[in-house]
Amino acid sequence: MENALGEPQTIVLLGGTSDIGRAIVDELVSPVTRTIVLAARRPDAVEAGPLTAPERTVDVVAFDAADTASHAGFVQDLVARHGDLDVVVVAFGQLAEQDDLDDDPTAAAALVHVNYTGAVSVGLAVAAQFRRQGHGRLVVLSSVAGERVRKSNFVYGSSKAGLDGFAQGLGDALAGSGASVLVVRPGFVHSKMTAGLKAAPLATTPTKVAAATVAGLRRGRRTVWVPALLRPMFAVFRHLPGVVWRRLDL
Amino acid sequence: MVTLLTGWGRTNPSATEVLEHGGEDVDGLARIVKALPARGGVARGLGRSYGDPAQNGGGVVVRLVDSVHDVAIDAAAGTATVPAGVSLDDLLALLVPRGFFVPVSPGTRFVTVGGAIASDIHGKNHHLEGSFGNHVRRLSLLLADGTVAELGPGERPDLFWATVGGMGLTGIILDATIRLLPIETSRCSVDTERADDLDTLLTMMDEGDRFYRYSVAWIDLMATGSRLGRAVLTRGEHATVDQLRPKQAVDPLVYDARQRIAVPPLVPPAGFVNHTTIKAFNELWFRKAPRRRVAQIVSIPAYFHPLDFVGSWNRMYGRAGFVQYQFVVPFGQERALRAVVERLSATGTPNFIPVLKRFGAANPAPLSFPRPGWALALDIPAGARDLDALLHGLDEVVLDAGGRHYLAKDAHTTPGAIRRGYPRLDEWRAVRASVDPAGRWTSDQSRRLRLLAD
Ligand SMILES: Cc1cc2nc3c(=O)[nH]c(=O)nc-3n(C[C@H](O)[C@H](O)[C@H](O)COP(=O)(O)OP(=O)(O)OC[C@H]3O[C@@H](n4cnc5c(N)ncnc54)[C@H](O)[C@@H]3O)c2cc1C
Ligand SMILES: NC(=O)c1ccc[n+]([C@@H]2O[C@H](COP(=O)([O-])OP(=O)(O)OC[C@H]3O[C@@H](n4cnc5c(N)ncnc54)[C@H](OP(=O)(O)O)[C@@H]3O)[C@@H](O)[C@H]2O)c1
Repeated sequence: MENALGEPQTIVLLGGTSDIGRAIVDELVSPVTRTIVLAARRPDAVEAGPLTAPERTVDVVAFDAADTASHAGFVQDLVARHGDLDVVVVAFGQLAEQDDLDDDPTAAAALVHVNYTGAVSVGLAVAAQFRRQGHGRLVVLSSVAGERVRKSNFVYGSSKAGLDGFAQGLGDALAGSGASVLVVRPGFVHSKMTAGLKAAPLATTPTKVAAATVAGLRRGRRTVWVPALLRPMFAVFRHLPGVVWRRLDL
Repeated sequence: MVTLLTGWGRTNPSATEVLEHGGEDVDGLARIVKALPARGGVARGLGRSYGDPAQNGGGVVVRLVDSVHDVAIDAAAGTATVPAGVSLDDLLALLVPRGFFVPVSPGTRFVTVGGAIASDIHGKNHHLEGSFGNHVRRLSLLLADGTVAELGPGERPDLFWATVGGMGLTGIILDATIRLLPIETSRCSVDTERADDLDTLLTMMDEGDRFYRYSVAWIDLMATGSRLGRAVLTRGEHATVDQLRPKQAVDPLVYDARQRIAVPPLVPPAGFVNHTTIKAFNELWFRKAPRRRVAQIVSIPAYFHPLDFVGSWNRMYGRAGFVQYQFVVPFGQERALRAVVERLSATGTPNFIPVLKRFGAANPAPLSFPRPGWALALDIPAGARDLDALLHGLDEVVLDAGGRHYLAKDAHTTPGAIRRGYPRLDEWRAVRASVDPAGRWTSDQSRRLRLLAD
């Protein structure tokens, strides 16, 4: 159970090697934290060291977002070992060059499967547990890429658009259950995912995304944009006529 | 019905199935208890604890719906047998006109007798008369197996004292017989003094508290510089008839405790209660107190429950809610008290009229909060900046001094802090487990603070 100051006891990171995800965990950790679960498809790549502390368990577990059949059992197993889940962060995701996906429908489908289907499946399993325990916060890393999908990364963007819609709808469905969903919409973030890519305007860092996310959790927000300026910008982008949007080089 | 419950501080809600039930229907209650779901159940009174002891996410909460008409007063013995769901508000309306007062009164009348026992509440008379549990002659407790146990200081004392201060985790208190205080009038005679700083205040309380049944001080922790710790000390006693003006003496036990106004359910704009507004309030509160006044005659509600004149005042803090930080440090640890006061003042954390109380002897209950020493309580908006770091830091100061935190107020601390503050926790756990081995009594607080087991 999270305390009155919004400090969770149990934090679960799905995508245990995600730069943004780890920054969020760092920001959330407090003297109250008893359990941190780092769930990754390559558990041996997870560095748990910096998070260890007396009276705290750091549990590194195998988790593959693509293996949707395992998700319900995966969540049940976490609960059996650690009790209530206070904050669960969905930080896994894949990005690919749109050019590479144009001629590879299978790869495109696999990416969408992880980013969207995998999040739907594990998100529902977590929500079911939140209902059982009467509380819990799900943080979903969406992206401005899904707010208005661009031609330069429309497969990734569409997977985020679907994810964003799912997360908002789930949040609405959970109203009154004690559980809630926070949708985080960052712009370009310097991380493993974007290494080697040309930074977009207003590029930000995992630490800043984490600070905004935790502030959003504490204030009970439903959405967070990082940086905040992206929100009014995308309010405009959303309504640009197609001819203009297509010509913008974003 | 599944309801989102919070404590009085309106923070960290959880969804709980709330079952309302008359305490006199023991068989019906026993059926509920035997059918508790895996996440268990806990009793809830009027939800005046600040944090999460009376909620149980995903489980059950039982609210006793009891009637004050079932209270039995034994005037000769000076006791009353009260169903546990009855509020002190209703009880006082019954008792005061008959010349009796409750043995211990908290800062609000809107608590139940069950909640008063489960939190082993204290009042302004703790230095002389101890906490609520000291005045309980007997009680009946519905156990996890559906049977009812008769308990008292001389009857199954282990389980009795585990229930006093046991935060609902030994069972549901059905009724209790409590000792009453005979009073001649419904008024109090109050002496007020100001102290210019904390040291002066502590000396005044050390030297003078024993001459008064009731004593409490308000400190201004938002004043800065030389005014830091300035305080208003009010001490009093129930007035006797000959202290009343002739007009008052006509009906010496008249009692009128109506709420005057209520804060509407609209949530005020975030930050309405902020540094500036609280500082202004503290200033007003301080100024309205006379520098020195002796034998002022005031009503029971005005003296004991001034906050109750405003209904739902907890809404003033807006959506983020608020926390109450309350701790006690032993005598001899005044340095720790001063350190807390200085840190609160240095960080400029907004805090609402802090109350300082000088506690007397502890009772035998392992989880009872009061112990000899200085107890400080203050309300802080939960959204205050860097409050998490501040409170965890203060926790260390308090625990290093051999102090502890009050479970009825706690909403932020850690299992480790409770273990350190309550060295008899394991003793309590053993008694508790003997009547509830499966751990069916649970609350969000018991899960958060690992009260039942590590
Ligand atoms: C304005 C204000 C001033 C206060 N001043 C003081 C003060 O001066 N001194 C002080 O000590 N406290 C004070 N309190 C705290 C309050 O007295 C306690 O939190 C008290 O327990 C609240 O009683 P309740 O009936 O609302 O119980 P709840 O808050 O509903 O429950 C509190 C605990 O009691 C248990 N409980 C309730 N009923 C039963 C039952 N029938 N059987 C078993 N367990 C039960 C619950 O499970 C829970 O653990 C104050 C609170 C407020 C809001
Ligand atoms: N960086 C940005 O600019 C940006 C902007 C907006 C939104 N986001 C979103 O933010 C989230 C975190 O991204 P990031 O920047 O932190 O990138 P990152 O460091 O690359 O993190 C992505 C994580 O997803 C994991 N992952 C990929 N496929 C998986 C699978 N099938 N099962 C389990 N885990 C899988 C990766 O694990 P491996 O280590 O095994 O690859 C990696 O830990 C992503 O959802 C991303 O889309 C990022």
